[in-house]
Amino acid sequence: MKGTKGKLSLGAAGCAAGAVNGIFGGGGGMIVVPLLTSVGQKPPLVAHATAILVILPVSLASAIVYLVGGWFDAELFVAVSIGVVLGGAAGAKLLGSITPAAATVAFAAVMFAAGVRMMF
Amino acid sequence: MRFLLYLLAGLAGGILGGMGMGGGTVLIPILTMFCGVPQHLAQSVNLLSFLPMAAVSLRVHAGNGLLDTKNILWMIVPATLLSALGGILVQGVAAGTLRVGFGAFLCLLSVYQFYTGIRAAAQERKGKGGG
Repeated sequence: MKGTKGKLSLGAAGCAAGAVNGIFGGGGGMIVVPLLTSVGQKPPLVAHATAILVILPVSLASAIVYLVGGWFDAELFVAVSIGVVLGGAAGAKLLGSITPAAATVAFAAVMFAAGVRMMF
Repeated sequence: MRFLLYLLAGLAGGILGGMGMGGGTVLIPILTMFCGVPQHLAQSVNLLSFLPMAAVSLRVHAGNGLLDTKNILWMIVPATLLSALGGILVQGVAAGTLRVGFGAFLCLLSVYQFYTGIRAAAQERKGKGGG
């Protein structure tokens, strides 16, 4: 990364990732990872790990906003959190951070369908 | 029963996120489409459930020396500010409108995933030495 220009690019990237994370309640990491590899010039594994560190305070800040807005359900939170932590550990062990191309393409198709379904 | 359904949704979202596909964006459509959770609440619970998950995986990544904190404050500070602002902005937005916006966001992300998947497939083929 070259000096001021690189830092400004990271700042601009951070603005985009943060705005998305706050508005849609997630997805900031999907933007941070490719930016850390391109602008930040970090290797893929490091980018994946570091993106979590970047998104942690960001998610905390927007989570507080949603909580203040009254969006909280204890049962939902406890159940989903247990599932996410267990599932996350299993998923990470299953495949590491490199996912086979075919799985990524298949998954993208499902996500696209879900997106269309939500729009109409 | 409802607890179990939520738990399964979390498991599905967690497994896909842990595999590096979609992260938290998977959990939100699962919760709204299959569990009848309102859009804002689904987004809130996604943000919250990410926190314990992130703490656990950061410990593992730090142990493996995979964290590179150089210059990341340049990203974290504006991102944190904008995420709080974004969150405040959507508090007054109707659930239906937010859902449509989220759907569009999901479509954009999936197009990007198609691109990375196809590029990775091309590299896999090249790696086999034309065999």
